Amino acid sequence: MDYANSFGHIVPELVLTGAALALLLVSAFAGDKASRLVSILAAVALGGAGAFAASTLAEGSSGAAAVAFGGLLSADAFAGFAKLLMYIAAIGCLMIAPGFFDHRKAMKPEYPVLVLFATVGMSIMVSATDLITLYIGLELNSLAAYVLASFLRNDSRSAEAGLKYFVLGALASGILLYGMSLTYGFTGTTSFDGIRIAQETGLSTGALFGLIFVLAGLAFKISAVPFHMWTPDVYEGAPTPVTTFFATAPKVAAIVLTARVALDAFGSQPDAWRQVVIFAALASIVVGALGAIGQNNLKRLLAYSSINNVGFILVGLAAASAEGASAMLFYLAIYVVMSLGSFAAVLMLRNGDGDNLETFEDIAGLSSTRPGIAWCLAALMFSLAGIPPLMGFFAKLAVFWAVVNAGLIPLAVIGMAASVIGAFYYLKFVKVMFFDEPVGRATKAGSAAQWAILVVCTVLISPLGWFLTGALETMTNTAAAGLFAGV
Amino acid sequence: MEGLPILSLMLLVPLVGAVLCMMSNATNARWIALIATLIDLVLGIALWMNFDIGGAQWQFTERADLFAGFQYALGIDGIALMLIMLSVFLMPICILASWTSVTKRVGEYMAAFLVMELLMIGVFAAQDILLFYIFFEAGLIPMYLIIGIWGGSDRIYASFKFFLYTLLGSVVMLIAMLWMIGEAGTSSIPVLLQYDFAPEAQTWLWLAFFASFAVKMPMWPVHTWLPAAHVQAPTAGSVILAGVLLKLGGYGFIRFSLPMFPEASAQFVWLVFGLSMAAVVITSLIALVQQDMKKLIAYSSVAHMAIVTAGLFAFNFQGLEGAMVMMLSHGLVSGALFLCVGVIYDRLHTREIARYGGLATNMPRYALFFLLFTMASIGLPGTSGFVAEFISLAGVYQISSTTTFVLTTGIILGAGYMLYLYRRVVFGEQKNADAAAMPDLNAREWLMLTPVAAAVLWMGVYPESFLAPMRSDIAAVEARIARAAPQGDAMPVAGEPREHAANYVAGDHGGGEGEHGGSAGTESEH
Repeated sequence: MDYANSFGHIVPELVLTGAALALLLVSAFAGDKASRLVSILAAVALGGAGAFAASTLAEGSSGAAAVAFGGLLSADAFAGFAKLLMYIAAIGCLMIAPGFFDHRKAMKPEYPVLVLFATVGMSIMVSATDLITLYIGLELNSLAAYVLASFLRNDSRSAEAGLKYFVLGALASGILLYGMSLTYGFTGTTSFDGIRIAQETGLSTGALFGLIFVLAGLAFKISAVPFHMWTPDVYEGAPTPVTTFFATAPKVAAIVLTARVALDAFGSQPDAWRQVVIFAALASIVVGALGAIGQNNLKRLLAYSSINNVGFILVGLAAASAEGASAMLFYLAIYVVMSLGSFAAVLMLRNGDGDNLETFEDIAGLSSTRPGIAWCLAALMFSLAGIPPLMGFFAKLAVFWAVVNAGLIPLAVIGMAASVIGAFYYLKFVKVMFFDEPVGRATKAGSAAQWAILVVCTVLISPLGWFLTGALETMTNTAAAGLFAGV
Repeated sequence: MEGLPILSLMLLVPLVGAVLCMMSNATNARWIALIATLIDLVLGIALWMNFDIGGAQWQFTERADLFAGFQYALGIDGIALMLIMLSVFLMPICILASWTSVTKRVGEYMAAFLVMELLMIGVFAAQDILLFYIFFEAGLIPMYLIIGIWGGSDRIYASFKFFLYTLLGSVVMLIAMLWMIGEAGTSSIPVLLQYDFAPEAQTWLWLAFFASFAVKMPMWPVHTWLPAAHVQAPTAGSVILAGVLLKLGGYGFIRFSLPMFPEASAQFVWLVFGLSMAAVVITSLIALVQQDMKKLIAYSSVAHMAIVTAGLFAFNFQGLEGAMVMMLSHGLVSGALFLCVGVIYDRLHTREIARYGGLATNMPRYALFFLLFTMASIGLPGTSGFVAEFISLAGVYQISSTTTFVLTTGIILGAGYMLYLYRRVVFGEQKNADAAAMPDLNAREWLMLTPVAAAVLWMGVYPESFLAPMRSDIAAVEARIARAAPQGDAMPVAGEPREHAANYVAGDHGGGEGEHGGSAGTESEH
């Protein structure tokens, strides 16, 4: 085993791990005063790691050249794209956090450190080409995430969210492990390549069970229906910056991981998992849309929105093609921008005392009192609903295009028709902000960083974002080619 | 004008205007919007002046590659030219109509209208099927805001209904478009127009497009969003809705459904005719009992649009031409009728017919304009409505005399409800003191109504100006669909001439009576 080469492939993870450990020491000795410094250094570390990830993407590395540690990891372009996206999302989540925690005097340096640890776990997840690596990455990410969910330890909702997340997450990990053990038992290997080759000749019933359990475990992590029930509770209870984090970076990691498992490890038997994915996709779209309609809490509503979006991303996976994988990444990138923007906007809704507002009544008539936030949020909501010319439309266009080209027309028609149900509650946002009488509760301004994130996200999803689409498309195509070159 | 990207310029002017409007106060926003729409009108006139009638099919083409193989491709033929002209002509009038009646959030209101103008021009000018879809769908956002923010009391229900109804229709069309792009390997509309899809596939594609265009049109029974949206929208919103947005459905049929899927279109003639007949009769009857002026005109729109759909699916030149004239005429006339309603609504703030009466006494000039547009809506010779109804029904008659019969009933009913409306509002005694005290038209309202009246008369007296640019393009559509044209039930058959004159008596009485060669025979109606 060529260690120098292998370590060269995991530079982003090494940078992040080193930074996380060093910053942990800093925070232990310097205390809460250092939280700002630690945040900045963590963002710098993420940026540095992102630069390395970008280079693997730019090279379009794939196949044997990207494999590290004898097939445990692959730093290919597919992982590179996901890492880049996750690091950017994580930096965004670090930026919007102080404005929220400072008001509660709860800004602690452990927040950036935990985000870093979670990000290391996610990096391992997206690079994993072996079931064992996959599990290590997943658990590292999850453990950090459980703590983050209950970060406001004096707040009962936050503590509840953490506990709930932990219990259900442990259950999902158990299901996943069981599936992995079945897969190992029937194929005799834990490496993705080995599993794929072993299943090329056929799929035994036992191996099919393994596949289903693995997918069920992963469906929990990406909060796809029917394993979504934790999402609204955790998203509502967790501190909003943490919710933002959950909705962006770990989602990217889990979805990319799912794609890799499905297309690489089980890539020789696409028909075995396709119907599972199709069911999960359509169920997520419909349940995500219907569940959101009755919600009054904005964070809860956005949780259902993320379930809904996961459904659309899985539609891309169902195509089981390089085009589909590329479309998934394309959707993910736009989804991250939309989520980051919407949560940033929710974070900026604060009353005169600085407390965060999170229900529909609070934002009634927002367009009269805070037109800036209202217009940005309206654009984000129209984008989430998939209305052209906003970028959310192009995201949906990409996945449905892939599906239509794969010949799955009924899936495309049902999925698209169900997206209209989703449009209803996105419109409700606009209706409440623009059509209702102003209540003038949201009076306090957000922090500069939050404004920056909101404005940047809005510009990216506006028609101005068209200019970046060409570059994004090239990147996602390179990334998808990186995955399929190894298959 | 060669080399000047005039279509892009027409898109850019309202965009810049919209951005400026968002940032300025009420008075400035009004002026900015008016100037921007007038510039677009001037550009539109320049477009018409430079349009080479009988020249290339697609003129003023522009092209730039975007991502995913889809292109920013613009270009117009005569059909698109006329609809663009309609849009840019109505826009300044809409701005004038909202001059004093809109007082809250004027900047945003004007911006929404300018964005609407941009999108409508874009829809008609787009030469890439995805670009078309983007413009087509994006129109939902400003219209949703216009109805929802500045609409009447029940605006929220109306805005949601409008948005979701039309969205549901359109998303299925998107899937069909994606399939077509995959099949034909291009998203360019001119290329797709020449591509022959397999007849089996056409059926599904046609239905997917129909789902969208039937809702936009709107055809009975998916028209229910229209009265709600019309009634709740502000006057200018109704004008744009009736004047231009309803034309998107008809434009979609003539641009996509017919030439791209001729076999499927022929297959579904019965459906279109059936729905058109039902629409004309049912919505006309509904219009008769309306108490709300806007609702009445909204239902009359559905009835008129049914004549458009019937004309389009008549599979002959006259039908298509008549449908196009109907769209233009209806755009002007119903837009003007909504303006007329707006004029008195601004004074009395009610649309209830019973609250008015005897306006001829205190508002004679208004009564004259209203009369003209009422007559145009009925289809009185000399107005655009007559030309439209006559040509389209002549076209429909060649394929189905039954349908023509029923559609004509609708015209009679149309005369009924329009004259009844006019009688209750303008004639009769002045039973309401506040209605009797309303002042006649002011200068701004003169400025709004006169151009429309002139256009209606022009189109009624000399329709050739409007028909000439469209002629070769309609002929192209007709040539494309000719291969699938269904057999009509009222086709005059050329018979053999008789040997002798009718009063000829044979010298030897050899021939029995009634022995003549096949005379012009028509099949009886079934």
